[in-house]
Amino acid sequence: MKLRGFIPFGVGLLVALGGGWFAVPRAMYRRTEQPIQFSHKTHTSEKVGMSCQDCHSLSADGKFSGIPRLETCAPCHTEPQGKSAEEKRLVDEYVSKNREIPWLVYARQPENVYFSHAPHIKLAGIKCERCHGPHGSTGRLRSYEQNRISTYARDVEGYSLVKLNAADWQQGMKMNDCSHCHQQRGVQESCLTCHK
Amino acid sequence: MATEQKPKSRFGMVIDLDRCNGCGACAAACAVENNVPPAHPTATDRTGLTWMRVYRADNRRPFPDNRSVYFPVSCQHCGNHTPCMAVCPQNAVDINPETGVVSQIPVRCLGCRYCMAACPFHARYFNWFDPKWPHEMENALNPDVSVRMRGVVEKCNFCHSRWQAAVARAAANGNHDIDPADYVPACVEACPEKAMTFGNLDDPKSEVARQSKAPIVFRLLARLNTDPKVYYRSDRDWVRRLGDTDVAQGESEVSRG
Repeated sequence: MKLRGFIPFGVGLLVALGGGWFAVPRAMYRRTEQPIQFSHKTHTSEKVGMSCQDCHSLSADGKFSGIPRLETCAPCHTEPQGKSAEEKRLVDEYVSKNREIPWLVYARQPENVYFSHAPHIKLAGIKCERCHGPHGSTGRLRSYEQNRISTYARDVEGYSLVKLNAADWQQGMKMNDCSHCHQQRGVQESCLTCHK
Repeated sequence: MATEQKPKSRFGMVIDLDRCNGCGACAAACAVENNVPPAHPTATDRTGLTWMRVYRADNRRPFPDNRSVYFPVSCQHCGNHTPCMAVCPQNAVDINPETGVVSQIPVRCLGCRYCMAACPFHARYFNWFDPKWPHEMENALNPDVSVRMRGVVEKCNFCHSRWQAAVARAAANGNHDIDPADYVPACVEACPEKAMTFGNLDDPKSEVARQSKAPIVFRLLARLNTDPKVYYRSDRDWVRRLGDTDVAQGESEVSRG
């Protein structure tokens, strides 16, 4: 029978593809944990009642402050507010020593890329989740995945390998992704629009 | 080759040669603003880097009647058949549709230097050496301008990072249009003689548009019909005639960056 040769071949192919599917992203990206396990969920809960803008605010000159500095955390966290071990570490290692937290920035772009949040938020009305994903309600920070060769974060390169059923933010923040959105919206684009 | 289309605005400048005293403040301010490294010890006139070069020329008369003039020459941002853009095999040069500025994207450049050969104004420079700053100066680099590597061409882009900052500031207040006072290149800002006027040439209310229409205003190598956006202005006939000769034949004053 001809099929008898085909079955082991098919099984072998599936194992190889499946193995590759599982192994390649793990081999490509180095995973690092954030210095502090910050919970967005706790801070945006009704009890605390903070909004995104309280920490991720746009300054008057249009430069985005991105991740807040220690001075935003310090007023509430001079003493531990709860019982979590992470919060105790925050107080002991950073707030009481007045040391900035070395956050790993998921969306860090290469040096020659220019990006300003102001036109995207204020003029185009794009939601944060479009590019950064819905992390405002997550209980823990996901690991920072960095490409071992290019050194870019996986948020920039894109989580989705095949782009099937992937959310917009999972496509990544590569030049193609920026350019695609600019073309869809009919925004003029040239080299110096996004490069410096 | 990128397609040519009429830009939304055309930024340009008028340089008053009767005011320019050749001090070179524009070149120095430009280098600091745009992270242009100090000259390599072995750099020559031909291999140095400067986005703004001040040429000296004179009227070729003997002593009592000798008069000189200084020409600050940066990229002229040609709007018509832009020679560098036409020859670039990498699409590393395009015209910004918002500002009319001729761009240069160093990471895309492969270093063939066709554009340098094509540029009638010698306004493009090649990185023959690795950029190197004295140790302490590395902390003073401008974070808004990327540093170029050896092997690529670079040139003036009318301080495009300042345009980007002006756009961001306008957008933060919900405006699509920038405040013209927010966008002034470093050379214009630094000129102690106020010899340079910068602005949108298409805006009839701007000072630069008014000045560029004066009869004593001329452009370099106008016969080539490349429609440069840098205008020069002088009351003296012999200076205006120099605009049609190759200034590089004269002595160069500041050239090693």
